[in-house]
Amino acid sequence: MVRNWILLFGIIAVFAIAMVGLTILPKLVVDPRVEAVDYGNTFEIVQGHAIYVREGCIYCHSMQVRPEGFGADFERGWGRASEAEDYRNLTPHLLGTMRTGPDLSNIGSRQPSVDWHMIHLYQPRAVSEGSIMPPYPWLFEVVNETARPNREGLSLPEEYRIPGKKVIPTDEARYLVAFLLSLNQQVPGMED
Amino acid sequence: MSSGHLSEIDSSVQSIRFLDGKARYPVLFLIASGVLWLLFGSLLALLASVKMHAPEFLGQWSFLTFGRVRPLHLNTMVYGWASMTGAGVALWLLSRTLRVAIPMRPYIIGVTVIWNIALFVGSIQILSGFTRGIEWLEFPVSTMIVIVWCILVIGIAAMLMLFYRNVKTLYVSVWYIIAAFLWLPLLGGVSSLPIFNSPTVQAGMNWWFAHNALGLWFTPIGLAAAYYFIPKVVGRPIYSYGLSLLGFWGLALFYNWNGFHHLIGSPLPTWFVTISIAASVMMIIPVVVVAVNHHMTVVGSFSAVKHSPTLRFVVFGAMSYTFVSLQGSLQALRSTNEVIHFTHFVVAHAHIGMYAFVTMMLFGSCYYILPRLTNWEWQSHKLIKAHFWLSAIGIILYTVPLQIGGVLQGLAMNNPDIPFMDTMNLTIPYLIARSVAGVLLTAGHLIFAYLVVRIVSKVGLRPEAPTIWKKTLKET
Ligand code: HEC
Repeated sequence: MVRNWILLFGIIAVFAIAMVGLTILPKLVVDPRVEAVDYGNTFEIVQGHAIYVREGCIYCHSMQVRPEGFGADFERGWGRASEAEDYRNLTPHLLGTMRTGPDLSNIGSRQPSVDWHMIHLYQPRAVSEGSIMPPYPWLFEVVNETARPNREGLSLPEEYRIPGKKVIPTDEARYLVAFLLSLNQQVPGMED
Repeated sequence: MSSGHLSEIDSSVQSIRFLDGKARYPVLFLIASGVLWLLFGSLLALLASVKMHAPEFLGQWSFLTFGRVRPLHLNTMVYGWASMTGAGVALWLLSRTLRVAIPMRPYIIGVTVIWNIALFVGSIQILSGFTRGIEWLEFPVSTMIVIVWCILVIGIAAMLMLFYRNVKTLYVSVWYIIAAFLWLPLLGGVSSLPIFNSPTVQAGMNWWFAHNALGLWFTPIGLAAAYYFIPKVVGRPIYSYGLSLLGFWGLALFYNWNGFHHLIGSPLPTWFVTISIAASVMMIIPVVVVAVNHHMTVVGSFSAVKHSPTLRFVVFGAMSYTFVSLQGSLQALRSTNEVIHFTHFVVAHAHIGMYAFVTMMLFGSCYYILPRLTNWEWQSHKLIKAHFWLSAIGIILYTVPLQIGGVLQGLAMNNPDIPFMDTMNLTIPYLIARSVAGVLLTAGHLIFAYLVVRIVSKVGLRPEAPTIWKKTLKET
């Protein structure tokens, strides 16, 4: 019996020590920094973050800029090295592991045009030839040209237009773009 | 060591046939459920793979978008196929090595039903957008807790077997399996705690969990199978007890600390990352030790690898373990990581781990276990052979091109003079190769599933001899 208990104890002990080291300690170090900032997240930004999560953008886009000198993130204009404070305290985290598409930490300042983002989400290939990013047509409504006179349709290139129809963004598309535009590495109280 | 007298547990030394009879329903049910999820996961894999180079393919439906199909592929393969089949194989191994019947059989069957339901609900949740959004943990917390609880119940059965065993010494496979059944519920429990609610810290928890799910759950089960089947089929004891001990405690000590090598260059404090890099390099010790131990056991009996279906899969798996682990240690170095992080290279690496190692090991185990549980034989030697080659060639065709593509992608990414679009374009041929490989792998899985259905339903005649590719060698 003693041998059983030594085995069980050893197995749990090695686990527990590393668990404290890699989850609890980082929490104690990092959390106070994030909690000190008031991000003033708007409703749109929070909703947009949730849609970004829902559609799984994270499987193609990272949101962490590596420090200057490590990779070419800085030279590509993706921004300064990411800090714990950059994420507006929104979870789940979106650091990501894949760069099929570019890093988005700083997309708000790199591409501030709402119209560009709308067209790109509706049909990436309309603005970015040969892109393998998926289209997100369910964030948009296709209505008759004459319907909703106060809403303008996306100005799509000829080949993506549907005759007699216009494409208008839903609220979800607006939230998602609001979130994308909020990604600009401007942390309140952390200007350098 | 004495054995107890729990009414459910037969404490007298029993014949293997008796033990297998008791193992029949719970283990068969776990393995059969796993195979079902393997097929579903393969379908999702094909969809995700094709979507990656043909983004308009089924692009108009939100529930089939790449960002939902891809995580569901991972979750069904990990928590469906590999976990269920792995749990079944582990229980059977314990029953054999501890000479005790599997206890709590109705409970095991019950939680397997619940486990299947949880996977089904979780699948619908992810496809309809209710994801937790954390890689390897996409099932919503409530669903995940149900799955972890199911594994915990099966783990309790494993602990009972440990305490009521009929053998004195613990074979090395037992250490690994007992550890796996303790580690996974702990991992699942901790990762579900709401305390990791700030993004950077959550990223740490994320990769601590994800790396450990492989290292502390699938790896121990895979190694337990290797430690059992290699000596068994070759017909001689494992080369060295001392090396086995070193390999086990080395893995336990170092693997636990590996997770943060997924976060090199991230906003997490550098010194945590540095610890993980060091631990990843230290992993070379247990890996080499296990490799030497297995190699020295097989050496001189390589013909058995040719003739035994089980051994062929298991040796392929064991060699992949050595390869993928050493590759992992190299990948953790900052200079390598600078190139391959954020590229398809890592995806290919993960598949060498989960497929070429874990999945091949499970296939090999099933080829040994199922005839003993069903008292029936595999229907066709040729189909087993076809399955082996489809899987083996498929996974090589998957990983080799994709790792080359990944390195090229990484090198291009780190050269700011190359436009970003070129880093994407250059990967496309490799992504197409992956889809072709996916078709081969799926074909292999269909053959495997067909064989499992045939042997479980005992269609046709009971073949006379055990399935080996040459009549002179007998699997016992
Ligand atoms: C299959 C991979 C994939 C997925 C999933 C994906 N993207 Fe992309 N994304 C790309 C690629 C490739 C590019 C570069 C080509 C382009 O501009 O379309 C890109 C570009 C972008 C850009 C422009 C970046 C820049 O620097 O110009 C934005 C913004 C973007 N994606 C947002 C999103 C959002 C939001 C989602 C989720 C709704 C998403 N992406 C999902 C692959 C993907």
